[in-house]
Amino acid sequence: MSIKALDSRNAATIAADREARFEARIGAEEKIEPNDWMPERYRRTLIRQISQHAHSEIVGMLPEGNWITRAPSLKRKAALLAKVQDEGGHGLYLYAAAETLGVSRDALIDQFLTGTAKYASIFNYPTLTWADIGAIGWLVDGAAIMNQVPLCRCSYGPYARAMLRICKEESFHQRQGYEIMVVLARGTPGQRAMAQDALNRWWWPVLMMFGPPDQESQHSDASMAWKIKRFTNDELRQKFVDATVPQAHYLNLTIPDRSLKFNAATGHWEFGQINWDEFKRVIAGFGPCNAERMRVRRAAHAEGAWVREAAAAFARKRRAAAAAVEATPPRAQAALG
Amino acid sequence: MTETSWPLWEVFIRTRNGGSHRHVGSLHAVDATMALHHARDAYARRGEGVSIWVVPSAAITASDPGDRDLLFEPAASKIYRHPTFYEVPDDVGHM
Repeated sequence: MSIKALDSRNAATIAADREARFEARIGAEEKIEPNDWMPERYRRTLIRQISQHAHSEIVGMLPEGNWITRAPSLKRKAALLAKVQDEGGHGLYLYAAAETLGVSRDALIDQFLTGTAKYASIFNYPTLTWADIGAIGWLVDGAAIMNQVPLCRCSYGPYARAMLRICKEESFHQRQGYEIMVVLARGTPGQRAMAQDALNRWWWPVLMMFGPPDQESQHSDASMAWKIKRFTNDELRQKFVDATVPQAHYLNLTIPDRSLKFNAATGHWEFGQINWDEFKRVIAGFGPCNAERMRVRRAAHAEGAWVREAAAAFARKRRAAAAAVEATPPRAQAALG
Repeated sequence: MTETSWPLWEVFIRTRNGGSHRHVGSLHAVDATMALHHARDAYARRGEGVSIWVVPSAAITASDPGDRDLLFEPAASKIYRHPTFYEVPDDVGHM
C-alpha cells in the first residue's frame, strides 16, 4: 500500500476511534465539557438549541412585561417584576452556555435580530387581560418546567448546569401564576370569566410548545441518541396534560377540548387534535405578535447602543487614569493628592 | 475593546453559611466593577451570597481534559486514602 493510502486509512481510523470514544462517554452518562472533542453536528445542534432557548427567555419577558404597569396590586407588580427579571437572567445563563461552544454573543444576537434564529412559538401570542399573566405562569412555565427538568441531565455540561440553575428559579414562576388563577377562579363572576377566557386562549398554543408530533420532528433522533433530549415531544406533552388537567379541575375551569377524556386503562388523559397548521404559521412568522416582538427587540438593541458604548468608554477612561497615576513619579503623585 | 467585545468573567459566590466561594457562571463586562454589579444582578437575586469574586476568564489556567487520566491516576489507585478502606469493629461505636 502506498504511504498516502496508509495515511488516509490511519486518518479514517483515528476519526472513527474518536467518534467511538465520544459515543462511549455519552453511553456512560459522562458529561461533555467545552474543551472535549465533539462531533461537529453535536456542537452545531447544541448551539442551535441552547441559543434558541436563550432567545425564547428574552422574548418571553415581553408578553409579561406588558402587564407590569397594570398589575392589580403592589404584591402582584413586585412578583411580576421579579419573574421578568428572572427570565432575563435565564437568557444570560443560556447565552453563556452557548458561547462555550465557540460562538460569540454578537453572532447569536445577530441571528436572533435578523430572524435567522427561532424562538419558542408561545411568545408570539398576546397578553390581553390580567388573567393571561396567571395562565402564562401556570401553563407556559408549567410546560417549560416539564421540558427543562430532563434537560438538567443533558450530556453537555454547561447546558445541564444552566438548566439546574434555571429549574431552581422557575418553581416560583408556576406557583405565582397558579395563585393568580386560584384568586380569579374564586372571585367575582367577571373574574372567573376572565380566567376561563385566558385558559381558552392559551391551552392549545401551550400544547404546541412541546413541538411537532414525534414522527415529524426533524432534529429529534440525533438529539435523543446524544442524550441532549431525554424524552420525545409527545411523551412530554402527555406528561404535561396528565399533570395539568386536575389543576384545571381544581379551579372549576373547563379545558377547551371536547375530546378530552380520561383513559382508565392507560391512566392518561386523551386529548384532541392539535392544529399543526397554526403552529407552522406562527413558527414561520405569521402569528399574532411575531412582528411586534421582533420590532421591540430590534428597537431595544438599537436604543441601548449608547449604554454599551458609554460602558466601554468609561472603562477606557478609568484604565487611562489608572495608567497615568502609575506612570507619575511618587513626589509628583503626592503633589497631585 | 469595541462596543461589543467585552471580556468574559467567571463568577464565584460564597453563601451565607460560610463555605468556600463556588463557581456559579460567567458574564461579559467592560471591567471589574461592572462585572461585580452584573454578577450581583445575575447570580445573587435570591440573596444567595455574602461575597462575590469575579475573575477574568483569561486569567484561569485549566488542566487539559486530554491529560485527565494521566493527571488523576496516581490518586485513583490509592484507595487507602478513603475511610472505607479501614475496618474498625462495630462495638467500638461510631468512628
